[in-house]
Amino acid sequence: MQSTAEKGFIKRLGQLLEPLLVPFLAIFTAVILGGIIIKVVGGDPIAAYKGLVQGAFGSPQALSETAVWSTPYIFAGLAVALGFKGGLFNIGAEGQLAFGAVAAALIGYALPGWLHTSIPPYIHIPLAVGAGVLAGAIWGGIPGALKAYTGGHEVINTIMMNYIALNITSYLLNGPMRDPNPLNLSARTPEIAVSARIPPIFDIPGMRIHWGFVLALLMAVVVWWLLWKTTLGFEIRTVGANPDAAKYAGINVKWIITLSMALSGALAGLAGAIEVTALNYRHELGFSTGYGFDAIAIALLGKNNPFGIILAAILFGAMRNGSTRMQFLTQIPVDIISVIQALILLFVAADAIIRFIYRIRAHEERVVLTRGWGG
Amino acid sequence: MDWRRFAIIALVIVIMFGTVVLIGTSQNTPLVIITSMMATTIAVATPLTLGALSGIYCERAGVVNIGIEGMMLGAAFFGWLAAIYMNTIFHYPAMPSLIVGVIAAVLTGGLFALLHAVLSITFKVDQIIGGTVINILATGITGFLNRQLFFGAGSVFQGHIPNAPGVLPTIRIPWLADIPTVGRIFEQQPIAISAILLVIITHFVLFRTRWGLRTRAVGEHPRAADTVGINVIRMRYMNVIIGGFLAGLGGAYFTLESISSFEANMTNGRGFIALAAMIFGNWTPFGAWTSALVFGAAQALQINLQFFRELIPPQLAILQNSYVVGLAPYLLTMLILTGIIGKTIPPAADGQVYEK
Repeated sequence: MQSTAEKGFIKRLGQLLEPLLVPFLAIFTAVILGGIIIKVVGGDPIAAYKGLVQGAFGSPQALSETAVWSTPYIFAGLAVALGFKGGLFNIGAEGQLAFGAVAAALIGYALPGWLHTSIPPYIHIPLAVGAGVLAGAIWGGIPGALKAYTGGHEVINTIMMNYIALNITSYLLNGPMRDPNPLNLSARTPEIAVSARIPPIFDIPGMRIHWGFVLALLMAVVVWWLLWKTTLGFEIRTVGANPDAAKYAGINVKWIITLSMALSGALAGLAGAIEVTALNYRHELGFSTGYGFDAIAIALLGKNNPFGIILAAILFGAMRNGSTRMQFLTQIPVDIISVIQALILLFVAADAIIRFIYRIRAHEERVVLTRGWGG
Repeated sequence: MDWRRFAIIALVIVIMFGTVVLIGTSQNTPLVIITSMMATTIAVATPLTLGALSGIYCERAGVVNIGIEGMMLGAAFFGWLAAIYMNTIFHYPAMPSLIVGVIAAVLTGGLFALLHAVLSITFKVDQIIGGTVINILATGITGFLNRQLFFGAGSVFQGHIPNAPGVLPTIRIPWLADIPTVGRIFEQQPIAISAILLVIITHFVLFRTRWGLRTRAVGEHPRAADTVGINVIRMRYMNVIIGGFLAGLGGAYFTLESISSFEANMTNGRGFIALAAMIFGNWTPFGAWTSALVFGAAQALQINLQFFRELIPPQLAILQNSYVVGLAPYLLTMLILTGIIGKTIPPAADGQVYEK
């Protein structure tokens, strides 16, 4: 016989864990299906997953690399989630991230030359990162303004902005911003000045984890605070939930839509700026590829909750990081990770499938994430 | 299509063609250049036309489909793969291999569309999220298999990509192709020709048949359609899958008609541009086709400017840069979506889940 207190506790625990249940089962199902795919193409799923876990968590260096991989995912996931909260689907994180990286790199390597003087780090780092944030905000704000004032759908516009960003960065990195070093054969910028570099946390060779990771965690708190503790956040969420009601409540809907997309773009731009200033010390063509789609998966897996996004981003970072070791040990191409991630997204987005397979009843109300072309 | 939109389309095409004619005038007569531009325009507009038609079937039935990009990418890969297997593993000649490839591509598009239908109609997933899932899934699967099948452990191809059986042959349209100079426009490959035929067929199906009437009813007012005995769910499923077949044929263009190889993410946003063409064409087949031609012309401009690179005068040096000229289709898409060129009206129930 269970006491009522015990029953109450189990029920409360169940309520606490309920939101985690579907994402967990989605990941579980995707991993099983991924294993079947590995088996079908002639690999050993157990060995592959063992390599994956080892590569992601097997040593202090592996943990550090997982954090390094997770950093841009946290920023970009927050970017997409902020858009979703405002009823906007930002597929353009990739382009915003690339533009943020280009801007941060430019300020990072060129500013001392323009000013004919060296700049102390406490000024140079904020300037470089700030430039990246601004570039991302502009690149996100344009489709936001187009959505607000002309009704052009942000889904297509942000994708077009991705291709435009790709063309412009290709032009810049092959032309005016190309690393002039005669040994350089790739489309990349020169290295940024030492004064613009965010240092690693530990001064140990092979431990690349940097303060950008800590900033990403702080940013999650900031986004949570912004969305749930400020008037602006309330307005963003109201516009996202019901723009008509927001309008009658006296909220400037058009301005909030533009601002939401600009803030979303700013977070993505921050992701790019941190990659440049804290990790690569330059921008290289193609490094941003795929981040936009991954960020969407992370935001949905984290249920648009900043703290959920941290967990989802670390999971994705761990998979990307561990996949290299998996490929080394089992010759399964790292691309299998994209398949597993797509399956996770599939099951998270279509949680009805997971509820159907595992016979879980729905408690939560359906959340409207995006709207049709009507706009 | 209203006259204003038509005038804009005509103006944009005239500007693009005119630029190339002016630059190339010292090397070729205007007629030769215009003919060559038109031939390229029609060819490169093929996947956009098919993608837009795919979108029309889905959205006229009330299902938003932004997964066309992924459907085309998946179809491009599996169609190409089928052709290679037929040709190098089963030793069939090139032509039957290519035909099997096209069929495989069309079926791949249909399968992805079935997934979209299950997600958005049965499981009532947000349709834009459902389409995004398709896009990400297609990128992942094609990227993984492209590496695993050719370079993975135990690959039958042992680390090298075999020669594909080439591309679909050019068909000369009788009489028209024999006209001197201009006849070049009428030498096209089969998918390009079928795209134009499918525009006419789709127009007929949508506006002249019972099927089309029911499709439009389901997309405009599903409850009313249901009341008069139309099976809303079934109509939506069928139209989304037909749309998938068309997107699959569009995908086949990339690897079986344009070039004979596959590259990761080779569709390069064409699926999304096709949606813009569909919107600009106000969800009508002929409107979508003319809009697709504008994007085709933008691409033809890029190709032809590369061809006349040396002749570009120094004042227009910016046009020598293929990255800058390459922006044209994307900027055009955004401009069109602003609606400043004319308001478009989507089907009333587009994107809405139907619950009995």
